[in-house]
Amino acid sequence: MTSTILEMRDITKTFPGVKALSNVNLSVEEGEIHAVVGENGAGKSTLMKVLSGVYPSGTYDGQIIFQGQECHFKGIHDSEHKGIVIIHQELALVPMLSIAENIFLGNEHASYGVIDWDANEARTSGLLKKVGLKEDPKTLITHIGVGKQQLVEIAKALSKEVKLLILDEPTASLSEKDSQALLDLLLEFKRQGMTSILISHKLNEVNRVADKVTVIRDGRTIETLPRKDISEDRIITSMVGRSLDDRYPPREPHIGDVIFEVKDWSVYHPIHAERQVIKSIDLKVRKGEVVGIAGLMGAGRTEFAMSLFGRSYGRRISGEVLLNGKPVDLSTVGKAVQNGIAYVTEDRKTYGLNLIDHIKHNVTLANLAGVSNGGVIDDMREMSVANDYRKKTNIRASSVYQLTGNLSGGNQQKVVLSKWLFADPEVLILDEPTRGIDVGAKYEIYTIIARLAAEGKAIIVISSEMPELLGISDRIYVMNEGRIVGEMAASDASQEKIMRAIVRGEGKAS
Amino acid sequence: MSTDSAPAPQSGTAEDVKQGPRIAVSALTTNLREYGLIIALIVIMLFFQYTTSGTLFKPVNLSNLVQQNSFIIVMALGMLLVIVAGYIDLSVGSVAGFIGALAAMMMVIWPLGMFSNPLVVSIVCLIVGGLIGGAQGYWIAYHRIPSFIVTLAGMLIFRGICQALLGGGSSVGPLPDSFKALSSGFIPDVIGPLTLIPPTVNAAGKTILGSGLTLHMTTIVLGVIAVLAYAYFGFRARRKRERHGYEAEPFTLFVIKILVGSALALFLVFQFATYRGLPIVLLVMGVLISLFVFVTKRMTIGRRIYAMGGNAKAAQLSGINTERLTLLVFVNMGVLSALGGLIIAARLGQAVPAAGLGSELDVIAAVFIGGASAMGGVGQVIGAVVGGFIMGVMNNGMSIMGVNVDWQQVVKGLVLLGAVIFDVYNKNKA
Repeated sequence: MTSTILEMRDITKTFPGVKALSNVNLSVEEGEIHAVVGENGAGKSTLMKVLSGVYPSGTYDGQIIFQGQECHFKGIHDSEHKGIVIIHQELALVPMLSIAENIFLGNEHASYGVIDWDANEARTSGLLKKVGLKEDPKTLITHIGVGKQQLVEIAKALSKEVKLLILDEPTASLSEKDSQALLDLLLEFKRQGMTSILISHKLNEVNRVADKVTVIRDGRTIETLPRKDISEDRIITSMVGRSLDDRYPPREPHIGDVIFEVKDWSVYHPIHAERQVIKSIDLKVRKGEVVGIAGLMGAGRTEFAMSLFGRSYGRRISGEVLLNGKPVDLSTVGKAVQNGIAYVTEDRKTYGLNLIDHIKHNVTLANLAGVSNGGVIDDMREMSVANDYRKKTNIRASSVYQLTGNLSGGNQQKVVLSKWLFADPEVLILDEPTRGIDVGAKYEIYTIIARLAAEGKAIIVISSEMPELLGISDRIYVMNEGRIVGEMAASDASQEKIMRAIVRGEGKAS
Repeated sequence: MSTDSAPAPQSGTAEDVKQGPRIAVSALTTNLREYGLIIALIVIMLFFQYTTSGTLFKPVNLSNLVQQNSFIIVMALGMLLVIVAGYIDLSVGSVAGFIGALAAMMMVIWPLGMFSNPLVVSIVCLIVGGLIGGAQGYWIAYHRIPSFIVTLAGMLIFRGICQALLGGGSSVGPLPDSFKALSSGFIPDVIGPLTLIPPTVNAAGKTILGSGLTLHMTTIVLGVIAVLAYAYFGFRARRKRERHGYEAEPFTLFVIKILVGSALALFLVFQFATYRGLPIVLLVMGVLISLFVFVTKRMTIGRRIYAMGGNAKAAQLSGINTERLTLLVFVNMGVLSALGGLIIAARLGQAVPAAGLGSELDVIAAVFIGGASAMGGVGQVIGAVVGGFIMGVMNNGMSIMGVNVDWQQVVKGLVLLGAVIFDVYNKNKA
């Protein structure tokens, strides 16, 4: 069986200012498991959103040919009608409804709006058997684990008479055992003749189940490898093979003594209390040093940083933090800030800024004591501070009275940075400091980081963009599944080395 | 930052001055809501002045207006903070009713000896109010129970206790005159009255009520001092801004603002002075309004409340103890509800089971008419106060006109809806 079930030709998708996909081609044959791999932000998810109609026909260029017919999907309903079902990384289940209710949500067996529960549950039992899930259809979603929830999603897809199943990072939040079971299930479906697309960056999984691999990088198709050519090395080279030009400001590191040290740091999930998210991490940062933490999404980097910063994430946190050799109490954000720790969050809109207030008020928020006497704010001092930082970080705005919600991503990020610079920290943790901002603003952020390091601050940068980490760090830790799986000097690190440390998950890289 | 390699700030200051006019325009548009609201209040007042054939601005009616609405305004100050912080408090009417009942029982029924002194009772009542606010705030802040639910429960609970305290449907009174002065008293004229036009004496040798013109001089002096202070501090703040090169507002606009504000204030002061002087409750209200303007505009705690309402998570990650702040906001609300309850009881001269019934809705309406956002993070004290007066003037004006109470509610509802729609429309346009 070699008939082509899906062909995507010259797909180009542009967002304001960004070309997310340019001339991507993907050809999937009936009955195969086709893996799509690429770095974070390479365009995998965008491609799948084009395919499933999330971005409706007309908002992109190119052709989608499914089962020999050109398709113009206006929404998810259209693509599902054709038998293309996508299971997203973030599960779309309603936690307080039962398995059966979720599976047939919006698609209930009903006559005149009255649901036939017996029919729904009988069909659910059949579907659950197919995916190998032994649960009562009446069980609430919230009462089953993530692995089983994933199976419910698949059962839901099966209920729609799926011809092409797309799984977006299906094992990202699953344990080793659940992941294996899921992959076995995929192989089982393949035997029954179903076609699937697997999006993953876990190369060992891809290696195990895929018949073909298409590599996407920077919104372009790089190549499609047949089964016999699939190897981790080959894929890694293909995934990261891009040139590094001078997109980073030059800097002369002056590295001093260790000022920030984390010992044996462990954290458990705030809801699933048995799941250990951070597994005894040790980490050191020296004065004037920029330390990168590399890893893929879901590696636990943000969770690690937030648990350090006033225990803002997780439960049952254990471990020790030393600042200048002395144990330090970071149990609340207030104490962390007082002790000279700052954390610039990954999600500036949700966690970093008050979007309905202006720049001035946002800049001083973490250090109101610095612009007030006895609880009374000195407006003039606040004004000078805001203007000062607006200049230092080069925030482009008509005045400090511009609402932060109206600024561009890059300028918003500079406001968040200003806020933390004004708090005058010794240790600055930057979580994805350049996510979603343009190249010019990125350079400015790197310049600020370099200047802070020159001033003798200790800086930790968390980033999913490996070139960025290689460009600005002095030393890089690699994290995967809550563990430090590698540590290397930036001078002898490379994207291949980092990727190898991640996908192999072996102890310390040499 | 200690080691600071940034360019000298002077260059930037010049740039800011250059940007002056643009900032002035934006300052004007952002303040338009506030000015618009005050203009709306004035228009509404003039409308009723006309339809009631001049009754509205009569000194005696102005006194009534203040005395009838002061408790709404006092509670609206607390409600503003609650709403800005991102919460709601439905219990304020019931808490006010309960506190009124408690005060009456302490002063009239229970044999407390010297502790039934009105001053002692008032202080105890304010403390009890704070405790009630704290008890509700505790569940909201530390257990994340939605404020709507906690205070809905509080609304039922305290109305029930209020009625139980008063023994079913009965009222308790009369309250001592010294206590009633809180609502119906006027400040004493320590300077002595000034007679401008002697009252007409009729043939029987009696003076005709309302004839002549006698001024309550203490009121005049206080009013003039307040206006001068307002102008002085306005100029001083402006000079300071100019010195730092941050002045945005054109000088003429600034002067017009000061002049119009002063003229309005002096007109009202004069009206009060021709009657019996400043109502005590107006003085209390004035002090509280100034205090809350100061807290919200100038103090770090005020800033933190706005930040919490704007983005609670970001505020927390900036080192703000959002739980404690929430608790404080509700304690403050409790104290002001208690004060509202005392004012109601003092005005009625007795505690009744229905005191403050439904007033939570007037208070919340005042805050929303004043431009606060139901999502939190936005709202001004002056807005809430003007919103309260708009509600009050409409009540008063329509009552004088003889509009049926049923239709009064319809009109108030339409004004609330209209004000918020206007707000949302403006925001979307911006």
